[in-house]
Amino acid sequence: MSNDIAILGVGMHPWGKWGKNFTEYGVHAARAALADAGIPWQDVGFVSGAATMRCGYPGYVAGATFAQALGWQGAQVNTSYAACASGSQALAAAQAKILSGECEVALVVGADTTPKGFLAPAKGYRPEDPDWLRFYLGITNPTYFALYARRRIDLYGDSEADFARVKIKNSEHGFTNPNARYKKKFTLDEVLNSAMVADPLRLLQICATSDGGAAMIVSSMDYAKRLGKTNPVKVAAVSTVTPTFASAVVEMPDIATDSAAAAGVEAHSFRAALPVKAYEQAGIGPEDVDVAEVYDLSSALELDWYEDLQFCPRGEAASLVREGVTRLGGRLPVNPSGGLACFGEAVPAQALAQVCELTWQLRGEAGDRQVSGAKVGITANQGLFGHGSSVIVKK
Amino acid sequence: MSDKPVSAAIDGWYSLDHEQPHLIGAQCTVCGTYYFPKTISYCRNPGCDSSSFNELPLSREGKIWSYTNACYQPPEPFVADDPFVPYAIAAVELEREKMIVLGQVIKGVGVDELKVGQPVELALEALHEDDDTIKVTWKWRPQA
Ligand SMILES: [Zn+2]
Repeated sequence: MSNDIAILGVGMHPWGKWGKNFTEYGVHAARAALADAGIPWQDVGFVSGAATMRCGYPGYVAGATFAQALGWQGAQVNTSYAACASGSQALAAAQAKILSGECEVALVVGADTTPKGFLAPAKGYRPEDPDWLRFYLGITNPTYFALYARRRIDLYGDSEADFARVKIKNSEHGFTNPNARYKKKFTLDEVLNSAMVADPLRLLQICATSDGGAAMIVSSMDYAKRLGKTNPVKVAAVSTVTPTFASAVVEMPDIATDSAAAAGVEAHSFRAALPVKAYEQAGIGPEDVDVAEVYDLSSALELDWYEDLQFCPRGEAASLVREGVTRLGGRLPVNPSGGLACFGEAVPAQALAQVCELTWQLRGEAGDRQVSGAKVGITANQGLFGHGSSVIVKK
Repeated sequence: MSDKPVSAAIDGWYSLDHEQPHLIGAQCTVCGTYYFPKTISYCRNPGCDSSSFNELPLSREGKIWSYTNACYQPPEPFVADDPFVPYAIAAVELEREKMIVLGQVIKGVGVDELKVGQPVELALEALHEDDDTIKVTWKWRPQA
């Protein structure tokens, strides 16, 4: 109860390939969030930015860059970089400031402008950098997603059609989302006939990269009450836990896992640890969840998340998508926004976009993609170097 | 393959013994944790604060944990043949080391010839050529 903070406002700049400076997307999203909250920019005491590594120095100091763009007004500033979890770490920084009483209202914002095609590493001969090394050896991001997908087929009997059903579901969800980049409903044939990229994953089952921006205004529960917002959507948990040694699954960008050969060391799954911590912080369980936004870097990976979020026992996720449990109208819709399948990844904005969507869902403002009666939502994502996050929001 | 001299694409990561190549790893002298690559100066086991390691050959045989392929040419620093030839990739579990090591699968072996649990062994094969040498790397080869 006392660990909750209020979400007063959320806003996004639509995802796409707009080719503009990332600051512009961030300002657009921040102003939308301020307007949604109904508070003036001058009331914000803390600006927590999620950094981008692809837009030069202004991206490295994103918190200050956005604060300057919105007009210096003396707020405290912070920048977080944590790959795909950057937005969640920026949110965690705001949560800590607010709960400690150091500030009442914070802006959390992330935005990115992305290059075309594969995300490539910095140049030079740098074998000591695992991200450089794996590209040199011919191992790209889809390689890892495909290894996980192949495990599902060989261990659990999942099929390519199961993965395609995830894509089809998400494409139907995102079809009317004004912030989504790809608005096209796909058929099974279209997905299964798209080009093979990394067997068993095809082009239409792997997420692209996008430009985009997302922002939130969060505050103390007291401040929300003074504004007359007696029952705002609240952030109940932000989990950014690291993996536990020894990590059992080969994770991007590594070429090898940890070794679990030492006495007393067990192999652990990282993805499963993230929601466990979030559930514990929020004091709720998977049975309480009404809606989820998960990181579908590939369609098959969405199924791994069902199991990591404990929506079903290990190995049974495909049945949830086959039976329509996770589509709109089902018992537990996943990725009502359309997910990465409809957005493409805008790294520092993506974890915040997940929370924006859940906020609209819990307020009942999600329009055609509304999950009826949603009261509890959870997000999950994972990126490079042991960075990941899971955020729980509730009514 | 041309008759240029052969050299390691990444120096010191594997032996250049073409019959029985092996990856060169490190092992913590205190807790026994293995590392690959061996470029380690502090043990990452949270229960161990050692900074002392022995270099050693890793197991050259393992079992496929999972596999895939690359149908499209990766970006730099990958050096592609022209035209690009797709290749398979395997993640291989080493039993003694209790770790998984990624690598390409040798040329000519496609994903339809692989399965989870299949035994494989380490091989050396060209990764690319430059003007003077053939740069070889480790790859996984299905065992007969
Ligand atoms: Zn040790």
